[in-house]
Amino acid sequence: MSEQHHDHGHDGHEHSELGEMDLRVRALESVLTQKGYIDPAALDVLIDTYQTRIGPRNGARVVARAWVDQEFHDWLLRDATAAIASLGYTGRQGEHMVAVENTAEQHHMVVCTLCSCYPWPVLGLPPTWYKSAPYRSRAVKDPRGVLADFGTTLPESTRIRVWDSTAEVRYLVIPQRPEGTEGMGEEELAALVTRDSMIGTRRVEAPATPGSAA
Amino acid sequence: MSYLTHADLGGQPGFGPVTPEPEGELFHAAWEPRALALTLAMGATGSWNIDASRAVRETLPGYENLSYYQIWLGALAQLMLQRGQVFPDELASGEMRHPAAPVARVLQAAAVPAVLAKGSPTQRPEPGPARFAVGQPVRMHLGKVDHHTRLPGYVQGKRGVIEHVHGAHVFADAHAQGQGEQPQWLYTVVFDEAELWGEGAPRQNLAVSVDAWESYLEPAA
Repeated sequence: MSEQHHDHGHDGHEHSELGEMDLRVRALESVLTQKGYIDPAALDVLIDTYQTRIGPRNGARVVARAWVDQEFHDWLLRDATAAIASLGYTGRQGEHMVAVENTAEQHHMVVCTLCSCYPWPVLGLPPTWYKSAPYRSRAVKDPRGVLADFGTTLPESTRIRVWDSTAEVRYLVIPQRPEGTEGMGEEELAALVTRDSMIGTRRVEAPATPGSAA
Repeated sequence: MSYLTHADLGGQPGFGPVTPEPEGELFHAAWEPRALALTLAMGATGSWNIDASRAVRETLPGYENLSYYQIWLGALAQLMLQRGQVFPDELASGEMRHPAAPVARVLQAAAVPAVLAKGSPTQRPEPGPARFAVGQPVRMHLGKVDHHTRLPGYVQGKRGVIEHVHGAHVFADAHAQGQGEQPQWLYTVVFDEAELWGEGAPRQNLAVSVDAWESYLEPAA
């Protein structure tokens, strides 16, 4: 690992200038295509996959199923990889899944302090904040401060449990099902579940039902 | 000649507030999805493993000032330069000027869904009996190592408790250095906040866990 290729001269001046980054990526794609390392059509499929097929709606369906189906719920907590795979969500960055469930007593939050480990098959690509230094540095020491950045306040009596994803195990938070959703079906429930609630930085809000006393 | 990671951020002060963003917002410039796709496509050639690529990313010069996909892209270039797959004059010009170095496979568009769905599981047959059991107190190794590791600085030397045994997994430290998979038992170790941040730190009613390979741990009384 000690080949001396540090500083190839062009790194220094190509900082965050948007046009330069575009050119740099285009040049790289062109060289890799000419060399036969990549199929340019595969790039389009990869991008389309993460823009339209694999994202937090997958995880929302997992959560909604767990909320309505006790057997699935128990399976998810016992063997998340298998339970999630049964809904068709498998693979890259979700090979080994663990689900953790929020209650009034305990709130779970997930971080990767070392990089950006994240359960892609159920949540898609991580948001910028998840990969950022503020989140990675503070989540393990000041999670209540981080939650406040999201407008989330938990009672002091609620224990916070932070999972630092340091190996290839990926965590999915099952948020608490809000009150007032007893009559809702699985699809309606899935629509309430947000990405941030499955990372643990927000709670799932009760639906604003006209006429309800909540 | 000592290994310097810029990525070990847990508990570090001074980074300010988190800026949330809407759920649908994935990319912030047109080149970002291309950089992501290039990284995934080149990763699929089998020229390096994920641990080796993490090692290059976390030691990339200028890490702190680069955006996330800039880090990915810089590391991708570095990995290919190291292997003679591309050369600086090619990266600058966008023209092939040196013969291609053969790769094990090329990810074709039609294969993308299957390749993503398969992923790269890291669980392996168990090398022997697990040294630690759920409920057992352990101490994390203290001190920096001179290579990529998945043992964050903030838990080094700290006492925790085994909470879960995950089976044996590819050992990232060895794998990143090209020393093979050397699978080891992997554990979830949970820590009390006073142990991590000191008795004087403001209390949050908090527990933190990491996933740790067996060689990161020693028994604690």
